[in-house]
Amino acid sequence: MTTITAQSPPALPQGKPKSKALRRVRESCIMAGLIGCGVFSIATTATIIVILAVEAFRFFRLDEVSFWEFISGTKWSPLLGAEKHFGIWPLISGTLLVTLVAMSVALPLGLITAIWLSEYAKPKVRAVIKPVLEVLAGIPTVVFGFFALTVITPGLRWIHEGFGVYNAASAGLAVAVMCLPIVTSLSEDALRAVPRSLREGAFGLGATRFEVAVRVVTPAALSGIVAAFLLAIARAVGETMIVALAAGASPSLTMDPRSEVQPMTGYMVQIFLGDASNFGPEYYSSYAVAATLFLMTLLLTLIGHRVRVRYRQVYE
Amino acid sequence: MNIPATTLPSPAEQGLNLQGIGSSGEHVAAQPAIEVEGFNAWYGDYHALTNMNIVIPEKRITAFIGPSGCGKSTFLRWINRMNDLVPSARATGTLKLHGQDLLDKATDVVELRRHVGMVFQKPNPFPKSIYDNVAFGPRLHLRMSRGELNQIVEQSLRRAALWEEVKDRLKSPALSLSGGQQQRLCIARAIAVGPSVLLMDEPCSALDPRSTAAIEDLMAQLRNDYTIAIVTHNMQQASRASDYSAFMYQGELIEFGQTEQVFTMPKSEQTQNYITGRFG
Amino acid sequence: MNALMKNTPNARSGRFFKDHLFVIVCLLAAGVCIAVLGVMLASIIVQGMEHLDTQLLQNPPSRKPEKAGIYPAMIGTVYICLVCAVTAIPLGVGTAILLEEFKPRQRTLARLHGVVQLNITNLAGVPSVVYGILGMTAFVELFQVLGSPSDPIWTIGTTDNWYYIQLPFGRGVLAGGLTLMLVVLPIIIISSQEALRAVPNSLRQGALALGSTRWQMVWGTTLPAAIPGIMTGTILAMSRAIGEAAPILIIAGVVYITFTPEHLMDDFTAMPLQIYDWASRPQESFHHVAASGILVLMAILLTFNAVAVIIRQKFQR
Ligand SMILES: Nc1ncnc2c1ncn2[C@@H]1O[C@H](COP(=O)(O)OP(=O)(O)OP(=O)(O)O)[C@@H](O)[C@H]1O
Ligand SMILES: [Mg+2]
Repeated sequence: MTTITAQSPPALPQGKPKSKALRRVRESCIMAGLIGCGVFSIATTATIIVILAVEAFRFFRLDEVSFWEFISGTKWSPLLGAEKHFGIWPLISGTLLVTLVAMSVALPLGLITAIWLSEYAKPKVRAVIKPVLEVLAGIPTVVFGFFALTVITPGLRWIHEGFGVYNAASAGLAVAVMCLPIVTSLSEDALRAVPRSLREGAFGLGATRFEVAVRVVTPAALSGIVAAFLLAIARAVGETMIVALAAGASPSLTMDPRSEVQPMTGYMVQIFLGDASNFGPEYYSSYAVAATLFLMTLLLTLIGHRVRVRYRQVYE
Repeated sequence: MNIPATTLPSPAEQGLNLQGIGSSGEHVAAQPAIEVEGFNAWYGDYHALTNMNIVIPEKRITAFIGPSGCGKSTFLRWINRMNDLVPSARATGTLKLHGQDLLDKATDVVELRRHVGMVFQKPNPFPKSIYDNVAFGPRLHLRMSRGELNQIVEQSLRRAALWEEVKDRLKSPALSLSGGQQQRLCIARAIAVGPSVLLMDEPCSALDPRSTAAIEDLMAQLRNDYTIAIVTHNMQQASRASDYSAFMYQGELIEFGQTEQVFTMPKSEQTQNYITGRFG
Repeated sequence: MNALMKNTPNARSGRFFKDHLFVIVCLLAAGVCIAVLGVMLASIIVQGMEHLDTQLLQNPPSRKPEKAGIYPAMIGTVYICLVCAVTAIPLGVGTAILLEEFKPRQRTLARLHGVVQLNITNLAGVPSVVYGILGMTAFVELFQVLGSPSDPIWTIGTTDNWYYIQLPFGRGVLAGGLTLMLVVLPIIIISSQEALRAVPNSLRQGALALGSTRWQMVWGTTLPAAIPGIMTGTILAMSRAIGEAAPILIIAGVVYITFTPEHLMDDFTAMPLQIYDWASRPQESFHHVAASGILVLMAILLTFNAVAVIIRQKFQR
């Protein structure tokens, strides 16, 4: 047992107290700095919105453009010949087609891999694969674009001659490869967050591992998985380099994955790379396209947020 | 309230009670340190403390006992305004430390916490060296030479009965200490700031009997210099180590008096049932 | 018990068959993933080995594939990433601290706090091209209200000085780095928030109970405990910045640059841009140069990732 001296301990030596005024000034300065950081993030969003709105407005004010044509037109030909058309739908269909191809591959494959990782794989396997997924998620998208151009496209053309030199399928598959690690990693996080007790309860009722994984764990993690899916969709919609390299540059309203398309991001890159004369209608049209893209991703983010808020209410 | 108001000691009566302490044989009049009147506390809509009236005497050990969830921690955490961290927490009434109202908006909580130290249920040393843990508080508040700081650290560790065990390894990480040592380190850390009041929320509940005994000895020693309020679920500890005891039940203060009296002749039946273990 | 189990042999074997089938499907899926990645790596390595030599690392780009190098692009990447790190890390960690450690009690402020938080989530989802457009308008052209990049309203020094600065910034290193900062800022904020959230509350209470102010608590206790996590997140964010092409493409364009930037306003190119340039050319020989460039880029990124993993493992107890 610790021996304790019986006498009362001496008073502690005291230094000079630090200045409270100084402390207060310092705290206020730091607080101002931190609030400044928060304001900066709000200002960023505000600036994006204002810029896109102002420039898009300027675009719609031009003579050759009408807002109605923009949101309903099926022809986008800003650069060709005398007659220019600004109907957004070909660009949107290009984005949707690439996203559709990508998601129909990445989402099921990613979810299955995630279920396997979380419910079947040995801890050692998972300990290796999780960091690998993180590294894969960090591969620059220009690399996937290069892969699409030099491997996937020739491969597709070898399988079937109908595929163009640039085609939506190739870009979509490359986007799928890009999204796979994200979908897998985030879905796995959601699956792992399901409490053990739920699994044990189901096993206790005599369920097989498959039944536990598919009927108990996956439904319980559904909102997290949906949030992961939405994030992947947002990434695919906003993906630029892959489509700029592999999807082509001729906007067309089609759902044929073999044909050349131009997604919204591809168009923006084309304009800013200087194909268009500065400050012509093409230039401003890219802001209108950017505004459309921004609205789409904003919508996806908000839906994801809703889903997650719901999730919290249910499971906590 | 489910007991007649008359059985609650009024502040005046409590003041009378402060005359003399049986167990340690001293007969010195204790001054009030913390005066509480008509104190209510809420978490959102949940009424956690109802109309508390109590005077905690200076330089004595006051034990708070009562079943889980009755609001002991809540009360302690209001004394050093730790509940400011809980967004839904609010309180009304008067809560005075040496005559100063703690609930006042103008109260400088940082200054308050400097005078009211707190020791938590689970030892929570910072992931730094032993020395840096103890020096953390003084470095916040004082300008001093290295020698003075060394002295504060040594004195605090001595008071916490830890010096002999750690004097050769002050630079090693605090997390390498045992649980009991960590808790005493946390006490040393609190003492180093120079508080007049020490709040201890179940300081021994994570410790073995040996470390518990060490901390009880330590409390007996600190008793001459500090006003100590301790929450405990250990009845023997309360009866052994405290001068005054307060029994709380469902957010109300049921009984408060000298420990000997509370444990041998409780005025309330609920207290009687609780301390004898026939509760429910 | 035995009787029970024998009662439903078909149902049981059917269910277990499903279980086994699923394992096979999973392994197939994992196999497909690994195969695709293997093909990708193999094709890049095969194409890239041809030009992977010291010439690549030392030469400027060239019209002849065998002479083409990535040196100016590497230096450009270093510069813009430095600008990005210097601005994004303090801003990002600051915002994370504000959001995690200074949660207000007051109702209107709390609502504002929620708005900022949702705003960060939204910013993380904004496509990087859109940041490129923002950077173009805000940094390169300064909203077209004050002068123009070719006719700046305000300068320090001349274009011969290394410290030359002009307003608007023009399509230079500073504008590129700041645009990258916008892209990685949400990533840094979110990962720093996670790191701060992982710090146990008992440490915060301990610090406050000793009479720390909020900031003293953050500086003395929370931040040191969260540093490994923040560093890991920051390194991953910086590796994202190194590989990010779209916003830089909008700021800098694909320009034929054979020199390294001399000041913050100077034109530049970056590694992913150079790779894009080579990959988008029709000649196959340039595709091989692109593959070599990718190998260099991936080597740098792998180093970054390895450092992040090491830091995490070192501090994970
Ligand atoms: N942060 C909080 N938010 C909401 N309610 C709380 C919070 N903290 C405590 N409470 C509630 O207040 C009541 C009193 O809690 P308190 O922690 O003070 O009890 P206690 O007497 O210390 O119990 P124990 O002996 O178990 O520590 C409990 O019913 C508890 O559920
Ligand atoms: Mg408690």
